[in-house]
Amino acid sequence: MSTTLSKLEKKTAYTLILPAVCLVFAIILFPIFANVWISFKEVELKDIRIPEPRAKKIVKNIQDSNSELKIIYKLRNSSLIQDIREVKFSDKLPKNIDPVNLDKRCEFKSQKVKCFFGDWEAGYRENFEIFVKNVNNDAINSKDVKSSKPDLSGKSNNILLTTDFTFKNFKNVFINNNFVELLMTTFYFTFFGTLGAILLGIFAAQLVNQKFYGRTFMRSILLFPYVGPVVALAYTWTLLLDPNSGTINSLLVNYGVIEKPINLLGQKYLIINILGFELKLRLALTTVIFFEIWRYFPLAFLFILARLQAIPKDLYEAADVDGAGPFRKFFYITLPQITAILSILFMIRFIWNFNKFEDIFLLTGGASGTLTLPISVYQQGFAVSNIGMGSAVSIVIVLLLISFMIIYFKLIGKKANEI
Amino acid sequence: MKFKSLIITLLASSIFLTIIICIWKILATLQGLSFTNLNFNLNLLLSLGLVITCVFIGKKFNHNLKIFILSLLFTILYTFLNENSPMWFSVGIFLLFLFFTNKLKKYDLKYLNQDFISEKIVFEFLSLFAIVFFALVILFPFYIMFVTSFKTQTALLINPIDLSIDFSKNIFEIFKSYFVIFKTYDFGRYILTSSYVSIGTVLITLLFAIPAAYAVARLNFFGKTFLSTSILIIYMFPAIVLVIPLYTVFSQLGLRNSVEGLLIVYTATTLPVAIYMLQGYFKSIPKEIEEAGLIDGQNWFGIIIKIIIPLSLPAIASVSLYVFMIAWNEFLFSLMFLDNPKTFTLSRAINHLTGDAETPRQYLMAGSVVVTLPILLIFIYFEKYLVSGLTAGSVKG
Repeated sequence: MSTTLSKLEKKTAYTLILPAVCLVFAIILFPIFANVWISFKEVELKDIRIPEPRAKKIVKNIQDSNSELKIIYKLRNSSLIQDIREVKFSDKLPKNIDPVNLDKRCEFKSQKVKCFFGDWEAGYRENFEIFVKNVNNDAINSKDVKSSKPDLSGKSNNILLTTDFTFKNFKNVFINNNFVELLMTTFYFTFFGTLGAILLGIFAAQLVNQKFYGRTFMRSILLFPYVGPVVALAYTWTLLLDPNSGTINSLLVNYGVIEKPINLLGQKYLIINILGFELKLRLALTTVIFFEIWRYFPLAFLFILARLQAIPKDLYEAADVDGAGPFRKFFYITLPQITAILSILFMIRFIWNFNKFEDIFLLTGGASGTLTLPISVYQQGFAVSNIGMGSAVSIVIVLLLISFMIIYFKLIGKKANEI
Repeated sequence: MKFKSLIITLLASSIFLTIIICIWKILATLQGLSFTNLNFNLNLLLSLGLVITCVFIGKKFNHNLKIFILSLLFTILYTFLNENSPMWFSVGIFLLFLFFTNKLKKYDLKYLNQDFISEKIVFEFLSLFAIVFFALVILFPFYIMFVTSFKTQTALLINPIDLSIDFSKNIFEIFKSYFVIFKTYDFGRYILTSSYVSIGTVLITLLFAIPAAYAVARLNFFGKTFLSTSILIIYMFPAIVLVIPLYTVFSQLGLRNSVEGLLIVYTATTLPVAIYMLQGYFKSIPKEIEEAGLIDGQNWFGIIIKIIIPLSLPAIASVSLYVFMIAWNEFLFSLMFLDNPKTFTLSRAINHLTGDAETPRQYLMAGSVVVTLPILLIFIYFEKYLVSGLTAGSVKG
């Protein structure tokens, strides 16, 4: 009895999870593995369109005779680079209408014109004509003839399914494309973006954890940057920072802080003189990092606030009795209580910032020293239209990601479950 | 001790007041007033004077009368010392002084004698400053977005810091950008597409996630622990590594430029977190209720529909709002999959607008307001649910 019940339970469980698992498998896991396949191939964007035989049907009247018609099929190979083999054609004619002098490649059976066109090379074109006639010599309604659509099929090589492999893409990624700088930029962006977001998150959480008038309002506002759509916010920032007529630059010039507007998003380096030392600041990258911090500190804030509110109040009361000031309370009570959540937050945010694409893409498009790995995937795959290269960069991202996850689970995986 | 805390109080409070005045001045500049100097030092002295008089007068007078007279006096002094400014600016200064002197209410010489008082006061003003700082830093871009949509390109190029709205124009002129984006750029259609995609994603995600989450939470089957850990790991993989294979496959299947393609992808990417959030909630529902249902002869379908769903409506609301937000804001896939303006979502449409360098920025900003406003309103209205969704989902972002 119990075995049948547990069998039933298993069966139910599988039917319940199967749809979700299939979908996730098809859209998330399959592409990750497909990346491996594509990254070893020389594929360009134009290659992935499967060549199709196409036909455009035009019906023309013949002078002096309304019982006859001419049908022209404009045939072509949709691809300019690949051949199609064994092209087959079929089209239906209305009742009582038969073809006259049919092309040798075709035959007429049960009101259907069937043709075998053989192989079409890349860019093939042909105007194929059929004359039709009404068997009873009545007038033909050209609309009836037009209403059927020709059906074409053919075989072609799908470049993605062949088995030619190459290491060229990975060689390109690691050797030709300044891989070290790419990696360093990604790490700068990720590290400082994460750190800044967490620091700002601590401040904000500490602030909202106090009692003041308008506190709930403040809490909602603090989440705005994350809730707002990235496209709108990124373009607003671009406008705000625009060197010619952006608000920030104009304000700074107006109050005499700077003499000339600074192109905060388009200038790679800013040279600062501190005590005679020349410091090269990655300006555009810094600006992008600031945007990143601005947009994602709300998440850190949410996490930290939840933790702060769980700290027992009597700890602070005891500190009051001992005569500790607010700063001491923060460093000796609050901070030790939130270190665990901070480390988890740091790892998770690190992984997510590492993958960030939209923000940088919308602000700079990867120009002026802001090219990170995810942007590189897009650039290789769609700007240079080398799909194979893009996939190779994706593989690099996935490998790094997996190593981060291993570190994460080794270091704090167990702690994460406790919290 | 007393002397030190007095000095610290004076400095902290007057610096705070000066910064607030500067911020007010900068904001006023954006309304078209032509200030070119912040007069930081002068205002610092003025603030110091205000704080000193306030603290030394202490509680000798009626509080309300005191702050009113002091604020009025110092506002007059301020306008006298600074450049000419319109009435509304001085009223703002007066209100700032009023607010500030009210904050100083409890600070008299006696109060400053307490232990750790200087630290407390610095902390207090730091918090006040932080409130102003965060509010400003966060709201400023939103403010710019909103205000720019009411300006014209020429006005912005002539004087980029004058963001004041000219209310003397008629309504049609003021809201011109909005009329233009709906008429010329077809934003009505994009709003519909975006809503359709977002709501569709929510429904399909729930349809797939609720049964799966129930199975993970309640039933025993082979591979359960593997499944529940892999959910989170799968969730960590970013969209950018999925984009190339999906692009190639969708191109070959003809799913690009179709809303259905987007629906499939959005559902799949939000499913793991939806399952994760829901199963956590399902576990918290007492098993006894379901067992009662089993005895009544319900099968799993009946249990989910009649017991689980009604009991976990708050969690379902959180998941729905979170998924809605993700789908509404999503950009990468809509950029990759949609090239035909007929299938654009709002985000993609705004990106398309920027592709043409000639597009006046007020249209761009009006479009941005159109895409931002709904999601912010939803957030404010359903904040409680969305916040719990965000907290659970904030492993992603």
